[in-house]
Amino acid sequence: MEVIVILLLASIGIASIFLIAFLWALKSGQYDDAEGPAVRILFDDSPPPSEDEEQ
Amino acid sequence: MQLEKFSYDNKIVKMFAFATILWGMVGFLAGLFAALQLVFPELNFTAETTYGRVRPLHTNAAIFAFVGNGIFMGVYYSLQRLCKARLWSDKLSYFHFWGWQTIIVAAAVTLLLGFTQGKEYAELEWPIDIAIAVVWVAFGINMMMTILKRRESHLYVAIWFYIATWVTVAMLHIVNSGAIPLHFMKSYSVYAGMQDALVQWWYGHNAVAFFLTTPYLGLMYYFLPKAANRPIYSYRLSIIHFWALIFIYIWAGPHHLLYTSLPDWAQSLGVVFSVMLIFPSWGGMINGLFTLRGAWDKVREDPVLKFMVVAVTAYGMATFEGPMMSLKNVNAISHYTDWTVAHVHVGTLGWNGFLTFGVLYWLIPRIFQTKMYSTKLMNAHFWIGTLGIIIYVIPLYWAGWTQSIMWKTFTADGVLQYNFLETVTHILPMYGLRAFGGFLFIIGAGIMVYNIMKTVQSGQLLDNEAAEAAPRPSLISTDKKYQGAHWHRWIERRPIQLLVLSLILVSIGGLVQIVPAFLVKSNVPTIPSVQPYTPLELHGRDIYIQDGCYNCHSQMIRPFRDEVARYGDYSKAGEFVYDHPFQWGSKRTGPDLARVGGKYPDSWHYYHMIDPTSMAPGSIMPAYPWMVWKEINVDLTPGMIRVMQSLGVPYPEGYDQIAIDDLYEQANEIADNLKNQTGENVLATSEIVAIIAYLQRLGTDVSKEGPAVEKQEVEEQ
Repeated sequence: MEVIVILLLASIGIASIFLIAFLWALKSGQYDDAEGPAVRILFDDSPPPSEDEEQ
Repeated sequence: MQLEKFSYDNKIVKMFAFATILWGMVGFLAGLFAALQLVFPELNFTAETTYGRVRPLHTNAAIFAFVGNGIFMGVYYSLQRLCKARLWSDKLSYFHFWGWQTIIVAAAVTLLLGFTQGKEYAELEWPIDIAIAVVWVAFGINMMMTILKRRESHLYVAIWFYIATWVTVAMLHIVNSGAIPLHFMKSYSVYAGMQDALVQWWYGHNAVAFFLTTPYLGLMYYFLPKAANRPIYSYRLSIIHFWALIFIYIWAGPHHLLYTSLPDWAQSLGVVFSVMLIFPSWGGMINGLFTLRGAWDKVREDPVLKFMVVAVTAYGMATFEGPMMSLKNVNAISHYTDWTVAHVHVGTLGWNGFLTFGVLYWLIPRIFQTKMYSTKLMNAHFWIGTLGIIIYVIPLYWAGWTQSIMWKTFTADGVLQYNFLETVTHILPMYGLRAFGGFLFIIGAGIMVYNIMKTVQSGQLLDNEAAEAAPRPSLISTDKKYQGAHWHRWIERRPIQLLVLSLILVSIGGLVQIVPAFLVKSNVPTIPSVQPYTPLELHGRDIYIQDGCYNCHSQMIRPFRDEVARYGDYSKAGEFVYDHPFQWGSKRTGPDLARVGGKYPDSWHYYHMIDPTSMAPGSIMPAYPWMVWKEINVDLTPGMIRVMQSLGVPYPEGYDQIAIDDLYEQANEIADNLKNQTGENVLATSEIVAIIAYLQRLGTDVSKEGPAVEKQEVEEQ
C-alpha cells in the first residue's frame, strides 16, 4: 500500500491548489455578486451594425 | 470607457466540431462492431479485429476522440465569449487540434496492432502517452493565457470547471502512465499488483470524473442557459456544486475494487466518498433542470433543449446509480456484470452523447450564420437516439442481474447450479437487443451528420466573429487592499506564466520519478511461495495483454461462496506482487482466470485457443488459430528480465543472460507435451506455447511450497 503515499501527495497537492484558488476567488470578490454573472453570459458582444459600417 | 475591438476564432471551433462528429461515428461504429462480436463470434476475423482489441479502440475513441474533441469544441467556443477575448494563440490552437487528431489516429492503429499497456482507458503505449501530455499542456497554456488576458473580471462557473478538468487530468495521466519502456512500443507499469490496481482505478474513476463529467458540466452551465435564453436557476448553487464536486471526486476510485485484495479500509474510504458524491451531482442536475422552470414550452419546440434535458436527466440517473453501485452489498451483485456496462452507457450515450448533440445543433448554425437545415430531422434524431439508449441499457441491466443471480445460484445439494457458459448463452438474446439499441443510436447520429452537412452547405462560416468589450477593470472587488498587488497582475506582465505552469507539471513529474524507488521495496513478497514469472510466462503474459484478454476475463476471485466454489480460493494481495501491470479486469464476459493454472491439460488450452467451441460448445470467445504459427520475439527476453529487475522483481543477478535457455527448456517441454497429447508438432516459440505457459501458471503458486533457499533470501531482503 506504499503507493497510497503517492496518491495522497498528488491528491492533496491538487486539493491544495484548488483550495488556494477557492480562497483567491472568495477574497478577490469573484463571488460577491451571485446574480449578475448568470445573466451577463446571455448577452452577445457583437458590435452594433452601425459601428460595423464605420470600420 | 473605450471599447476594444477584437474577434472570436470560430474556425477552430468548427474544426473541433467536425472532428467530434467524425470520431463520434467511428467510436459508435466500433462499439456496434464489438457488440455484434459478442453475439456473432465469427466476426473476430484476424488478430487485429478480435474483441479484446476492438473494445479498447471503442472506449478510447468514445472517450478521448468523441468526448475529447467535444470538450475542446465547447471550451474554445464558450471560453472566448466568457472571457471576452480571442483565444490567446491561434498557432497553439491549431497545434492542439492537429496534435490531438494525430494522437487519435496513432491510438487507433496501435491498439488494433496490439500495442497496449493493458490498463483500461489508459491502454496507449508510452510514446503516445508523452504526446498526450504535450498536447494537453498546449491546451492548458492556451486556455490559461486566454483567461489571464480576459476582459471580463468575473470567472463564470463554466471556466472553473474547465480549469479543474485541465489540472486534474494532467496529474492523473502522469501518475498512472508511469512505466518503464522495453522498446519503442512496449512498456511495463512501474506499479505492481494491488498497488497498480489502486493507481489505475484512482485514475480510471477520475477519468470519468474529470474527462466525462467536469468539462461537460462546464458546457452545461454555458450552453443550457444560452439555448434556453435564461440564466442558470441558481448561480450560488453552481458555485457550491463546483467546489463540492472537485473536492470529493478524487477519492471515489476504490469503489471499482470492492471485495478485491485491496485493504478493507481503502475500500470503505472509496464507498464513503462515492456516497457523498450524490449531493453535488444532484445539485448540478437540479440546477440544470430548474433553469427550464417556466420554460418547458420551449423544450417542447426546441430540439436543442430536448437533447439537453435528456442529457442532464441521464447525468442525474447515472450519478444516483453510481453511489448505489458503490455500496458493497450492491456491488457484490453488480461487479463483473453488464450492469456496469449499462451504467456507463447511460452516462456516455445519454449525458455526453446528447449534450454534445445539443451543443452541436446550437453552435453549428451560429458559426455558419444560418439556421439548422431541418428541425424535423433534429426531432427524428432525438427520438431515435432516445429509443436507442433505452433499448441499449434495459436489456443490459436485465442481462447483468440475470447473470449475477445465475452465478450465485446453488442447488439444494449445495453445488453450483449453472456452469459459467450457461450463464453466458442465457443472456445472448439481451446482447442482441443491446446491439440493436446501439444501432438505433447510430442511425440517429447519422441523421445528424446529414442534417449538419446540409446546414453547413447552406451557410458560410464566420471565421472571425467581430466583438467588442471594455478592457478589464483592474479589480472587481471594492476591497482596496488587493488592488494592483494581485499575484496575477504581476504574472501577467511577464512571460513567466509558462514557467509557473511547467513548474507544476515538473513537480508532479518529479513525484512520479520517486515512485519506482518507493515501490521496489514494497514488492517484497508476503507469500513466500509466490515466485517471479519464468521468461516464457512473461512472454505469455505479454500476449495476454496484447490481445486484451483482460477485457473479458478477471483475475480476482472475491471472497464469496459461489466464487470460491467456482474458481477456487479467494485472491490475496501477495499473489500479485510481480504483476506489472495488474490484470484483475473489471468484467466477466468469460470466467475468472486467477486460478486457471493446472485446471485443464495443455492440450485443452491448445484446442480451446484454436477454436473455443471445440472445448466449450456455444462459447462466444474469439478463436485464435494464428497463435499456432505466430512466434514470440525471443530476443526481447534479456531486456524483459532487466526491466523487471529494475522494477524490483528478484531475478538473480545476471539472469538476463541465461533467461533464454530457461525459456527454451520450458517451451520445449510444453511443445513435447502437446505432441504427446495431440499428435501435432507445435513450434516451441509459437505464441500458443507461451500463452499456455502463462495460463498454466496462474494461481498455482499459493498451493505449493516455495523452495527453502529462496524463502530465506526473501526474509533477508
